[in-house]
Amino acid sequence: MTEEIIIAGFGGQGVLSMGKILAYSGIMQDQEVSWLPSYGPEMRGGTANVAVIVSDERISSPTLTAFDTAIILNQQSMDKFEHSVKPGGVLLYDPNGIIHHPTRKDITIYEVQGAKLAAEMGNTKIFNMVVLGAYLKVKPIVKLENVIRGLKKSLPERYHKLIPLNEDAITMGMNNVNKL
Amino acid sequence: MGELKLMKGNEALAEAAIRAGVDGYFGYPITPQSEVIEYLMAEKPFERTGMVVLQAESEVASINMLYGGGGTGKKVMTSSSSPGISLMQEGLSYLAGAEIPCVVANVVRGGPGLGDIQPAQSDYFQSVKGGGHGDYRLLVLAPSSVQEMSDFVPLAFDLAFKYRTPALIVSDGLIGQMMEKVELFDQIPRLTDEEVIKRHPWATNGKPKGGERRILTSLDLDPHKLERHNWHLQEKYKTIEENEVRFEMLHCEDAEYIIVAYGSSARIAQKSIQLAREKGIKVGLLRPITLWPFPKKPIDELTKKGVKGFLSVEMSAGQMIEDVKLVVEGRTKVEHFGRYGGVIHSPEQVLEALEQKLIGG
Repeated sequence: MTEEIIIAGFGGQGVLSMGKILAYSGIMQDQEVSWLPSYGPEMRGGTANVAVIVSDERISSPTLTAFDTAIILNQQSMDKFEHSVKPGGVLLYDPNGIIHHPTRKDITIYEVQGAKLAAEMGNTKIFNMVVLGAYLKVKPIVKLENVIRGLKKSLPERYHKLIPLNEDAITMGMNNVNKL
Repeated sequence: MGELKLMKGNEALAEAAIRAGVDGYFGYPITPQSEVIEYLMAEKPFERTGMVVLQAESEVASINMLYGGGGTGKKVMTSSSSPGISLMQEGLSYLAGAEIPCVVANVVRGGPGLGDIQPAQSDYFQSVKGGGHGDYRLLVLAPSSVQEMSDFVPLAFDLAFKYRTPALIVSDGLIGQMMEKVELFDQIPRLTDEEVIKRHPWATNGKPKGGERRILTSLDLDPHKLERHNWHLQEKYKTIEENEVRFEMLHCEDAEYIIVAYGSSARIAQKSIQLAREKGIKVGLLRPITLWPFPKKPIDELTKKGVKGFLSVEMSAGQMIEDVKLVVEGRTKVEHFGRYGGVIHSPEQVLEALEQKLIGG
């Protein structure tokens, strides 16, 4: 199994940490992982994206032009990455703020109201976890228990009290992803 | 099994410095390697192992702190990125001349000049042909994963001390910024002052009772003496070339074409090879792990075996290709492909270049 993912949105949406948690979850179940962010001037006030690979085998190129899954969280990223999904692949997006919705017919498109659901749960910061939940419903490449173990490893101890909230957000995303 | 962590290449290098029992790190921040000093400051190795971490006032100061610290036999290290490494070239030449061991890491970015902060491999010439003055060589290791960013730190120190020479770890913004799974090695204790004195009889850590004064210098105004010193250095470099060549070969057994690539380009090329083999093109990878000494022998053997061509894939305008050509000596085709100035080539672009420049051409 090799899953090549691009997660793209605004800086501050938790794009990079979502990728990090996914990568950590992969390590928890003995998989190979890579996490390559776009860095540099691109990040300042603009878009942020990270390419994550989770695989049973040694990972070759960490930098890619085509992905099995694109998780898209703003319009700029939609414009940039809709056409980077491999034919037959998956595009998951939050329609909040999206004007030009994806049009490709050769991929499967899912939506999750991440921003809305997070706001309803009373904490917009868990937005990325809602989206992660939606992704894991579509592609259960890592087990939920390993995501939680990954969170424990990657979060400083003082934030461990927030893990149940993150777990709720993941479940919320899992239950609210719609195939279009 | 050691502790498993998800880390950036830069963080793995920094953690490895602590675990390798380094006595002092002297650095000055520059993107894309600032995480090294950032990690070290946050991790407070001065509390963990007693290791000194100091932000110097400049790269020129850092490298000269290595001269001072390394001269006493301590394990000292710095890291920077291309423009900062350029500033260190005078110091590196002095360190090589005075035979002072130390480890320098270069997380290469696009150039020339101030360039940009994106990954590049355009410091190959500077690394292996001597960016500073005089007849000297650096021992150059090129990690191609976060794991190797960690593993090559103790290796670089072992080699630096074995041969009393500065060792350079050449990485780039991609390996530095990327996170991967890394298995951390166990803490190697720092040497006590007594152990350093015992182990390094050349070091300037005080005149032993009844012994000779120890002097570390690269200056000798008597040309005949300086020539003798140069002969000694050249002998040492010959020994290194005989004993310390490191490389990796993938899918070379049946290969008709060979991609020569190091560091992040070697990772990208692995994907290109996978794509090529799906199309029935037999390609292999030769990955130099030591850029100097360069793996001449395997290239010569592959040439003798009759491979139809070599493609030197590097994020530069074509630097390592010169070393490949020096081995091949016109016996088969040698071409270059690479994007540069901070642009990273895609696996598909490498495959296309292979098809156009070697197979079709």
